[in-house]
Amino acid sequence: MNAVNNKLDLDQAKVSLARDTAGKIADQLHSWIGDYTTTTTERAAARLLGIDGVDKGDVPLANVIVDKLLEAGILDRGMVPWLAGAVASRGESPQDIAEGLADGRFEVSSVPELPAEKWRGIADTLAEEAASKIRATRANREEIKKNAAPPDKPLLYVIVATGNVYEDAVQAKAAGLQGADIVAVIRHTGQSLLDYVPYGPTSEGFGGTYATQENFRIVRRALDEAGEETGRYIQLVNYASGLCMPEISVMGAIERLDMMLNDAMYGILFRDINMKRTFIDQHFSRMINAYAGIIINTGEDNYLTTADAFEQGHTVLASQFINEQLGLRSGLREEQMGLGHAFEIDPSREDGLLMEIAQAQLCRELFPRSPLKYMPPTKHVTGDIFKTYLVNGMFNLVSLMTGQEIQLLGMLTEAIHTPFISDRYLSIANAQYIFNNARNLGDEMFFKDGGRIKSRAEKLLDDACVLLQEIEKIGLEAAMENGFFADIKRSAEGGKGSGGVIKKHEHYYNPFIDLFMNNSAAEGEGHS
Amino acid sequence: MEINLSKLKAYGDTLNDGAVQVSFTLPVPAGDEAKEAARQLALKMGMEAPAISEMADLGAGFSFFVLYGKCTHTVDYSAIKIPKRQQEIMSFGEVNELISKELGRKMVVVAACTGSDAHTVGIDAIINMKGYMGEYGLERYPEIEAYNLGSQVPNAELLAKAVELGADAVLVSQVVTQKNIHLENLTELVELAEAEGLRDKVLLICGGPRISHELAIELGYDAGFGTGTLPNHVASYIAAELIRRKKTENQ
Repeated sequence: MNAVNNKLDLDQAKVSLARDTAGKIADQLHSWIGDYTTTTTERAAARLLGIDGVDKGDVPLANVIVDKLLEAGILDRGMVPWLAGAVASRGESPQDIAEGLADGRFEVSSVPELPAEKWRGIADTLAEEAASKIRATRANREEIKKNAAPPDKPLLYVIVATGNVYEDAVQAKAAGLQGADIVAVIRHTGQSLLDYVPYGPTSEGFGGTYATQENFRIVRRALDEAGEETGRYIQLVNYASGLCMPEISVMGAIERLDMMLNDAMYGILFRDINMKRTFIDQHFSRMINAYAGIIINTGEDNYLTTADAFEQGHTVLASQFINEQLGLRSGLREEQMGLGHAFEIDPSREDGLLMEIAQAQLCRELFPRSPLKYMPPTKHVTGDIFKTYLVNGMFNLVSLMTGQEIQLLGMLTEAIHTPFISDRYLSIANAQYIFNNARNLGDEMFFKDGGRIKSRAEKLLDDACVLLQEIEKIGLEAAMENGFFADIKRSAEGGKGSGGVIKKHEHYYNPFIDLFMNNSAAEGEGHS
Repeated sequence: MEINLSKLKAYGDTLNDGAVQVSFTLPVPAGDEAKEAARQLALKMGMEAPAISEMADLGAGFSFFVLYGKCTHTVDYSAIKIPKRQQEIMSFGEVNELISKELGRKMVVVAACTGSDAHTVGIDAIINMKGYMGEYGLERYPEIEAYNLGSQVPNAELLAKAVELGADAVLVSQVVTQKNIHLENLTELVELAEAEGLRDKVLLICGGPRISHELAIELGYDAGFGTGTLPNHVASYIAAELIRRKKTENQ
């Protein structure tokens, strides 16, 4: 443990209590998650097996096949048994079979039900082929990274959000050339509630472009170009969130995305997606991310845009612990969990900066291996660009001195418009100035015993323990019904997408679950 | 120092110096030619003697400029007329008292972020219990029944809900303004309300960082609220306007 990780003299018994309690909360969910599948989980399996493209009505073929199996009443066995059976009896590829179903060349019922020994081997071979492609993409990333200059930390993370993927690509590349380490392409605001993944490039979107495989490919290429020109590796981020979490993870695994926003509870709280659906979806989605070597970002920062950052700081911690425990149960390593938090305390509060330092340092010490994702001030930001630029500088300073890893840069025009190319440039210049000019500040710094920072950190941890214990008592679903997070209440049975939740048949089969969960390939890597 | 209000100029450190600062990006590489282009552009904006204080290379063929200059344009301040909401701002207690005394029933308010907009920061600040900057949200008002429908609510659904709940006022928040999507959304709501014959039955109010009262009136709303609005500002307006209308009807 390095110096940055042991400055608050935390009571380690309380740290263990918080972690163990979160583990029990995650176990409660996992007592039933495995009994269900969802439509998007099955569509993700279809995509893994190479099913891509859309039918004449622009319906993705993954939806066509899954919807038809649902109609036929056999989706509870999983998509794979039927597909592998069709491959066995028709001698066609999964893609041809999906196209045949879409064209009406044959029906679900025209594929005879075969005994397991006739299709199981085919299913496992196809799945292994898919997994080997993901491993190759992962190895390719490692290889490019090895030959690139290692980036300084915190990593500079910026967003592009033009609504036109071709313009996004230009801006992403420019950001890379300016020094950004990570570029996120903001997703179309409406996508989270679509129960399918759109197809093809987006040239006109509002508040962003759709997460489509083609869009991923276009921006990946632009960032690789910027990387080659500068001798660096620039990471690409998108959103495995909403109603299609696992499918978007598959697309990211194939197109070499490096990070995914992939929170276990975000969709429930902020998009009113059904709880059961989200908990099942996040599990498979995270398995894919884990296997693909993708770093997830969690969304605790969002809590502080609706709830007060000073009063609700402990809810962020509690949620981070829960996200961590759920992540571990989906095969993610700590090094893959970019747990989120934010610099959102009202800047007019006396000693607010000290409270930010306390929270950031506490996150660092509680999750020493996590590439923590630190989000910039947005809630109290007005159109005063000069003040915002200064507050963003303070945010950068706190990040540096507390050893954060993924720094989403604040834009001086936050609350005015989606970033201009110059806004992004100024944000990178701001961070580069501070990160260089104060590089080793953290190493020089200790906190006063009984002082404001240590006391605040202690109280946050205490409050988080109490909250986690309350959640454990009633269960996470009931806690969310009671508005424990973000001051938002969601009913356990309500929300969108509940129709896509299916109880598994006793003969359910999805070869990817075992493949991804018994992932010896990934073990032992990346402990830097 | 006599300020000529009919010929108002920007102020730096001397009256009528016209001093302004401007920054912009040009889609050409940084260099002498880019600098000259920036200077010429500033001249065309009406800046006299523009001085480029900073040119930065943004990479990928873009250059960024910060300029200072003397803006030669003037405006006639004395001729400016801005429509303003008439009523005074009341406190939480005053609004509740007014409603219970004058309306004799609870006031019903339905609110949402409409269209594809998923940004609930604004509507949450106005409606949710907690409110914003120490001012309680409308949910906390004992005399107001407030419903926050959340984000991405289609206009038709919002109106249907307003009818179902017998809303006195409908609040719409629009934060995403890319390519003027907010104007389309807001206009559609007014048109729908008119088509359904609801326009005169509810107060239609919009809010968001790019919305002014003036714009709201232009779009066919009863009122608009921009940056810096607190929950009691909105509550004061709705209560006072509702009661004013009730009195006019009864006359």
